[in-house]
Amino acid sequence: MPAFVLSRLAQAAIVLLAVSALVFVGVFVIGNPVDVMINPMATQAEKLAVAQSLGLDQPMWMQYGRFLEGALHADFGRSFLAGQPAMQLIFERVPATLELAVTAILIATLVGVPLGLYAAVRPDAWISRAGMGLSIVGLSLPSFWIAIVLIMVLAVWAGALPSSGRGETRELFGIPWSFLTIDGLKHIVLPALTLALPKIALLARLTRAAATEVATSEYMQFARAKGLRRSRIVGVHMLRNLMVPLITVIGMEFGRLAAFSVITESIFAWPGAGKLLIDSILQLDRPVVVAYVMVVVAFLVLLNLLLDLTYGVLDPRIRLQARAA
Amino acid sequence: MKCFVRVVVPRQNLMVAAVLAALAAPLCAQTLTVGMKGEPMSLDPGFRAITIDMEVSQHIFEPLVTSGPDMKLAPALATEWKLVEPTVWEFKLRSGVKFSDGTPFTADDVVFSLDRLLKVPNSPSPMAVFARGIKQAKAVDPLVVRIETETPSPSLPRSLERLMIMSKKRASGPAPEGKTTAQLNAGDGLIGTGPFVFASWNRGAEIVLERNPQYWGPPPAWQKVVLRFITNPAARLSALLSGGVDIIEDPAPDDLPRLMKDVQLKVSSVPTTRLIYIGLDGAAPDFQGLAANPLKDVRVRRALSMAIDRKVLGERIMDDVGLPTAGVIAPMMEGGTPEAKLPPADLAGAKKLLQEAGYPNGFTMTLGAPNGRYINDSKVAQAVASMWGRAGVKVSLDTPATAIFFKNLVAYDYPSHIAGWGDTVSTDRMRALFAARGDKPGDGATNYERYNNAEVTAMINRAASTLDEKERIALVRKIEKTAVEDDVAVIPLHFEKTAMAMRKDLDYTTRADQIYMSQYVKPAGAVANERSK
Repeated sequence: MPAFVLSRLAQAAIVLLAVSALVFVGVFVIGNPVDVMINPMATQAEKLAVAQSLGLDQPMWMQYGRFLEGALHADFGRSFLAGQPAMQLIFERVPATLELAVTAILIATLVGVPLGLYAAVRPDAWISRAGMGLSIVGLSLPSFWIAIVLIMVLAVWAGALPSSGRGETRELFGIPWSFLTIDGLKHIVLPALTLALPKIALLARLTRAAATEVATSEYMQFARAKGLRRSRIVGVHMLRNLMVPLITVIGMEFGRLAAFSVITESIFAWPGAGKLLIDSILQLDRPVVVAYVMVVVAFLVLLNLLLDLTYGVLDPRIRLQARAA
Repeated sequence: MKCFVRVVVPRQNLMVAAVLAALAAPLCAQTLTVGMKGEPMSLDPGFRAITIDMEVSQHIFEPLVTSGPDMKLAPALATEWKLVEPTVWEFKLRSGVKFSDGTPFTADDVVFSLDRLLKVPNSPSPMAVFARGIKQAKAVDPLVVRIETETPSPSLPRSLERLMIMSKKRASGPAPEGKTTAQLNAGDGLIGTGPFVFASWNRGAEIVLERNPQYWGPPPAWQKVVLRFITNPAARLSALLSGGVDIIEDPAPDDLPRLMKDVQLKVSSVPTTRLIYIGLDGAAPDFQGLAANPLKDVRVRRALSMAIDRKVLGERIMDDVGLPTAGVIAPMMEGGTPEAKLPPADLAGAKKLLQEAGYPNGFTMTLGAPNGRYINDSKVAQAVASMWGRAGVKVSLDTPATAIFFKNLVAYDYPSHIAGWGDTVSTDRMRALFAARGDKPGDGATNYERYNNAEVTAMINRAASTLDEKERIALVRKIEKTAVEDDVAVIPLHFEKTAMAMRKDLDYTTRADQIYMSQYVKPAGAVANERSK
C-alpha cells in the first residue's frame, strides 16, 4: 500500500511538470501581457520598464526556468496584476469554490441517487418515468443556459432569490462562509442548482442502470427469499454494492465541479477560483493562470488517489498494487 | 437591497440632512449597492493606472484638482492654482480639511503622496503616466504647494486629477514607498480625505465603504456603499433587474435600447473621449501582392475616408452608442467643437480618387480589429469592410481576441486597423496619434500608422509647452487639420458613449472619463447638492 501511494505520487510529479510546460507555452503565445495590462497612454519606454520589472523581457525558456526554480521552492510567482503571490490569490478564492462545489454535489447525491434507486425498484411509477425523462433534458442542456433561465425565472420575474454574489458571510476558522447565514444560503441556491441539475441527471441514470443490474443477482434474490424488508434490501444489500461505481463518479464529478465551474461562477459573480481564472486569462496574468492549473492538476491527482484508496475500504475484494494505474 | 429603517442624520449640516432624510426614508435608502464592471487589483492609490482601480480610490481619497461630469476642471483639495513661472505651478490648498482619522490635511501630505507614486514597486501599469514631467513638489507653507515641471506644462492640473492625496502620517513606513501595497490592501494606512472610508474588501466579491464623518464637503446621501464586482454584463444587468444592485456600470450596448424603455429604470449615457478610428499604415514596405504600398498615396487614403458613411455606422452599427466624428478631438476636450459637421459619404468621389491614383479596380488589403476591446468593434470592422468593398477595395478581415490583435498591431502586421484612444488632454492626444513613432517619451505612443510629418511633430512639441490657452487651442486645431484633413493619417469614426443604468428613483450623471463615484449618486429629486467652489 505505501508503495502504491508512492508510485502514484511520483506519477503526479511527472504529470505536473508536463502540464506546467504545456500551460507555460500556451499562455506565452497568446500575447504580450504588458500591452494588455498597462494604461494605453504609456510610452514605449514605460512599457519596457514594466516588462523588465516583471521579467517579461527574457526569452521564454529563461522565464520557464525561473518559474521551475521558484516552484521547487514553493514559490509560484507573483500575479502581474495584483503584485501578490499567485498562490495566495488562488487560495483566498478556494473556500468559495469548494463551498459551491460541495453544496452542488450534496444536492446532486441526495436527489439523484434516491431517484435512481426508486426508478430501478419501481420502474413503472410515474415519478420514475418523469424523473428519467427529465434527466435526459438535464444532461443535454448546457449549464450557462440553465443559469440564465434560473436567473430569469427565480431572480428577475419571481424576485425570490438574488442572482449574484455570495451574500452575507460569517467566519468559521478565520474563513468567511456563505452557508452560515440565511442571506448567504439564499445566494448559494441558484449557482448550486445550476451546477447540480446535470449531476442529478447523471447520478440518477447511473444509479438506476447499476441497480437494475444488481437487482437480478443471486444475493438479492436470496435476501428477498429470506423475507427481509424491502427498505433493508435496497438500503443495505443493493446500495452497498453500488458504492464503488457511485463513489467513483461522485468523486470525479466533484473534482470537475471544484476545478471547472468557471462559467457558472462568472455568470453568478460567485467570487471563487474559477472566476479568478477567467479574469486572469483575459488579462494575461500568466503566473495566476499557470499556478491555477498546477493547483487543479494536483487536486485532481490527489482526488483520484483518494478514490482508489476508498475502493479498498468499500470493497475488501479490491487490492491495491503498486502497478495499478 | 437591504433596508435600513433607521435614518442616520449627518452631523455637519442639519438642513441638508433634513432634506436627505425626508427623501431617503421612502426609498429605504442609506445603502447603495453598485454593480461594478471589474475589480480593482489593489486599494493602493499609487499602484495601478487603470480606471477600475482609480474609481475605487476616488471614493476614499481626493486629488488636488478634479472635474465635473463634463470634464471641466474644478477645485478639490486645492482651491486655486496658477503658474508662477513657466515651469512652476502653485496650488493653494483648502483649509480646514481633515483626514478620516481626524488629523489635518497639509502641504506635507501632498509632497509625500506625489513622491510615493513613483516608488510603488511591481506595478503592471504605473501611475507615473500621470506624473510625467513632474520634477519635484515643495511645500511653501502648510497650505501652499509648488510643483516644478521639467518643461512648461500647461496640462499639469489635468494630470493631477488622477493623483490621490494620502495621509503622510498614516501612510509612512519603513519600506521606500512607506506603507506597502499589501498593507494598504488590508486597510492599514488607507486614510484619505474623501467622502467615504474603507470598511472591508471581500476579494472577488465586494468592497464596502462607509460615510466619512470628517468629510469637508456635503455629506454623501449614503451611509454605506457596497461596490460589487460583476464582470459579466448580462449578470450585471440581471442583478439590477432583480433588485440586487441599485446602479450598474456599462450595461451591454445591445441592451441599451430596451433599458431606455423600461419604466423601472433610468439610463444616463454620454459620449466619452475615447476615439475609435481607422489607422492606415503608409510605411509598410511590402503590400499584399502589390509592387508599391497604395496607402502611401494620400489620394488613396482620402478615398478610403470618403467611402465611409459615419452616420450609418453610428446609427445602425453602433445603435447610437457612438457619436460619429470626422475629427479626433472630443467635444468636451480642449479645442473640441461641439456639433461638428459630418462629411457625407461620397462613393463616386472615392472611386474617382482611386482611379486617379492608379487603382481603377481597387486592391485587396487586410483590416485588423480587436474582438471585444471596444464597443461592437468587430461589427464596425465588418461594416467598414463592406463600405470599402463598394468603392472597390476588397478587405480581408482579421478580428482576433484583443491580446492577439495588439500583438499583431505592434508587429505592424496590419496595413489597416481599427483602434481606440481615450486620453483627455488634447496635446497628449496629438502626440500619441501623430508624433513620429519611436521609443522615447516624446514619440507617438499609438502611431501604428507610422505617420511622420516633421512639421506636425514640431507643432506638437510647441503646443505641449504653450501656456497661453488660445494660442494652444489654435495650434491643436491646426495639427488636427493637417494630420486628419490634409494628410489623412487616420480616419476618425466615432467617440464611444458610456452609460450607467439605475433604478428610476436615483439620479446620476455619467462622467465622460468613465470614472464612477458614488458620492454623486442622489435619490431622485434631491435638491442639487453640488460641492461649493
